[in-house]
Amino acid sequence: MLRLGQSHYDALRQHGEETYPHECCGVLLGRFEDDGTRIVTSLARAGNTRVDSPQNRYNIDPKELVHIQREAREREEDIIGFYHSHPDHPAQWSPTDHAEAHWMGCSYVITSVEKGKAVLTNSFELTGTAENDKKLVDERIDVV
Amino acid sequence: MPKVHIPTPLRQYAGKQPAIEVQGSTVGEALSGLVSQHPDLRRHLYTEQGKLRAFVNIYLNDEDVRYLQKEATAVADGDNISIVPSIAGGAALSC
Repeated sequence: MLRLGQSHYDALRQHGEETYPHECCGVLLGRFEDDGTRIVTSLARAGNTRVDSPQNRYNIDPKELVHIQREAREREEDIIGFYHSHPDHPAQWSPTDHAEAHWMGCSYVITSVEKGKAVLTNSFELTGTAENDKKLVDERIDVV
Repeated sequence: MPKVHIPTPLRQYAGKQPAIEVQGSTVGEALSGLVSQHPDLRRHLYTEQGKLRAFVNIYLNDEDVRYLQKEATAVADGDNISIVPSIAGGAALSC
């Protein structure tokens, strides 16, 4: 399960509206509870480096992630997941999302943005131990 | 000693530590030292042919080692090596 505050939930959806018709992307920072729940304590917006196909692809520059990770460390936060938007496309993971997901145990949040308006937001946990058995599994979003 | 920062998914294979100090004068030696200490990490970082996996980015401080001298890049005391699996995807049907 992923737990986040209303303001964070609204902010990641708004990000998708702002970048429409392009995909937005960002990082969920927080902590892992012992029961596996991921608790979001802040968001970090990231740029989408896929300028060749930003309407249906995203990529976060690893250098930007190194910076985000360093700042998070100073606040004693960990990377617990990522978010991105699907402009005019369902809030379901695609074959591309699955193939390019490598952070096992983290949340991958997807918001569908239709005609510039955020519609559905779903979250998927990347389960498995390696590339050959990884799965994106529906998980509940608890907005508090 | 240089310090290697472990991404959250791989900490379970590294004694749950977020960062580990390792011996080594190059990035390659430092990573070898890391997987010697924590052998379960090896298959997550390297292919069966011993190459770093394509989606595993290695940063020395703020620089991608692919654009330096790759695994031969020299490291010094106090350097930070970050293991950064790529973050990408999108609605496209194929990669």
